[in-house]
Amino acid sequence: MLANFRQLLRYRPLVLSLVSRELSARYRGSVLGFFWSFVNPLLLLLIYTFVFTAVLPGARGSGLEPFSVFMFCGILPWTWFSSSLLESSTVLVSGGNLIKKVLFPAEVLPIVSVLAGLVHFCFGLPILAAFLVYYRVPLVPSDLLWLPLIVLIQLVLTTGIALIVSALTVHFRDVRDLLANLLTFWFFATPIIYPLSQAPPRLQFALGLNPFTHLAVSYQEVLFRAGPFTAWPRLLAVGGASLVVCWVGYWVFDRLRDTLAEGI
Amino acid sequence: MNAIEVREVRKLYRRYSGRRQFATLKSAFLRGSVLRDLRPDEAFEALKNVSFDVPVGTTLGIIGCNGSGKSTLLKLIAGIGKPTAGTISVAGRVSALIELGAGFHPEISGRENVYINGMMLGLTKREIAKRFDEIVSFAGLEDFIEAPVKTYSSGMYVRLGFAVAINVEPDVLLVDEVLAVGDEAFTHKCLDRFAELRRLGRTVVLVTHSLDLVTRFCDSALWIDGGTVRAQGDPKRVIDAYLMDVAEGENEALERPKSQRPAPGSQDAPADMFQAAEGRWGSREAEITGVTFIGAGGSSTHLFQSGEAMEIRLQIRARQPLPDVVIGVGIFSLEGVCCYGTNTQIEGATGGALSGEGEVRFSIDRLDLVEGTYKLDVAVHRENGVPYDYHRLLHTFRVTSRVKEAGIYRPPHRWTFSGGIRVSGLP
Repeated sequence: MLANFRQLLRYRPLVLSLVSRELSARYRGSVLGFFWSFVNPLLLLLIYTFVFTAVLPGARGSGLEPFSVFMFCGILPWTWFSSSLLESSTVLVSGGNLIKKVLFPAEVLPIVSVLAGLVHFCFGLPILAAFLVYYRVPLVPSDLLWLPLIVLIQLVLTTGIALIVSALTVHFRDVRDLLANLLTFWFFATPIIYPLSQAPPRLQFALGLNPFTHLAVSYQEVLFRAGPFTAWPRLLAVGGASLVVCWVGYWVFDRLRDTLAEGI
Repeated sequence: MNAIEVREVRKLYRRYSGRRQFATLKSAFLRGSVLRDLRPDEAFEALKNVSFDVPVGTTLGIIGCNGSGKSTLLKLIAGIGKPTAGTISVAGRVSALIELGAGFHPEISGRENVYINGMMLGLTKREIAKRFDEIVSFAGLEDFIEAPVKTYSSGMYVRLGFAVAINVEPDVLLVDEVLAVGDEAFTHKCLDRFAELRRLGRTVVLVTHSLDLVTRFCDSALWIDGGTVRAQGDPKRVIDAYLMDVAEGENEALERPKSQRPAPGSQDAPADMFQAAEGRWGSREAEITGVTFIGAGGSSTHLFQSGEAMEIRLQIRARQPLPDVVIGVGIFSLEGVCCYGTNTQIEGATGGALSGEGEVRFSIDRLDLVEGTYKLDVAVHRENGVPYDYHRLLHTFRVTSRVKEAGIYRPPHRWTFSGGIRVSGLP
């Protein structure tokens, strides 16, 4: 396992090239091109804003104005998380030719999916920043220093889950469909379109078991809420858990590695 | 020193039965059989106990019929997949030409694909940059390298894939039947490149159906059949053994249709004998009850070397004594061309009579036909041509030859050169 991991590190340049290929190939042939990276989260935000201002104005949390910016703080990282996982569930099967015909560490493919998602996430940040400035949301500069760490923890967590999901999908194609529904549930089980404090106390404990809850809360506290960043102990706990998830993910992937070429 | 050592390698593939194919996550969890499903239960043994060495700097040709395990073996050597049992060790950098251009992304340019493909094969960016021009000129794609790969023709695609793979400068190059794809000029370029690699002391393993390539390029050959090594060593010897086996298989296939010969019903003789399809007709006052081909060894066969002796034996039985009997044979090519036809009357027999049973032996000292499958006509008929029993194209034999000439007839011949003409390699 360690040897394989070391080999993976040697393939770093390939991973980077594949990420840039992903990004440049994705929008080739579309009129807006790279612009879609900005437009996609904007459109999603527009939909939720419409729902919570026009359709369900009563459902929005109090004291969270502007509500759309609050939601955007959670939606942006969530989009990265969910699209990376959905993509990594298919990436081994669609890249089957590579795995069957070229000697090359297969884990590169789901990792590339996650990293490409990260780049899209980063493209979304300037838009978020523009909103924050436009609505004059007070930012605490020292809190912003936490942001890279939060992103890093999310990266580790997403990679771990992506590795498991991608390897399992090869043998059980059901994972793909299961995952799509699970992610929808997961989205609503995470305080993204509602604040954690608004959930009933009984449920708050259950939500606390969801690692993404703490990531979302951290993003919201750092970027949106005024006042000091209080969620850091939980964030660090999630960080530790993410490392474990990532290790388990790599272990599972490594165990299934030799069966991949036959399973595709 | 050996570049590749293969020791007692077995490879099992899971065979998907109907039930397994639908084994999904749900059923796996319900039956608690997640792990069991991942283990091969109904296994297909693609390789059974294969061992061999390839010394550094030599070229090995792997031959065998489809499904014999050649490509599986190559993939295991390349490290794509692990053997179920046994060990494989390979010294140095391996490059496998198994599928060319696997991993090309259609939307991005040839240039970007060369870089990514090269990195997948283990080169660094700098190494690729150094070889980039060579790769592009080898593929002959200077004018198209900036165009997206989806606009390439399949030939261009494969050429680019080959150019990248062969410029990896591997210590061990594995090639799986990929030379068949390019045009003549490109194939020559590839063969030159192989020759260069050999000069540089690199090891090459070639899986191919082109036996000619094996005799010309390989230091040794390995014949795999049904997952086991049938023969290895000198290419000529291995290929001969392989061809012999293939021929025997064909011989069996030729013997089989004999039993499915049309029932001896009395068909009417067709109007034009030379247009007639296969069949059997005649009055059956006399019958040809058996036709056998005897080879040079004296035993029954359907397979002959060009230039070998052949004997055709006919068993004939008459219901009543017949005063005028002519016996004839004809050899036809598969296209229906009559290669040779004769009968006792044509050759000057002034009479022929038959009563009871008898055997006819028609001996050919040299069967000087070129390689191919031939059909035989045999007949017993009256002097005026009315058949007692006519077998039209019912019997098949095959002629094999080391040389693949054109035409039908192979006259015994030799070449003589004088003056400034030098021709070498002729037998």
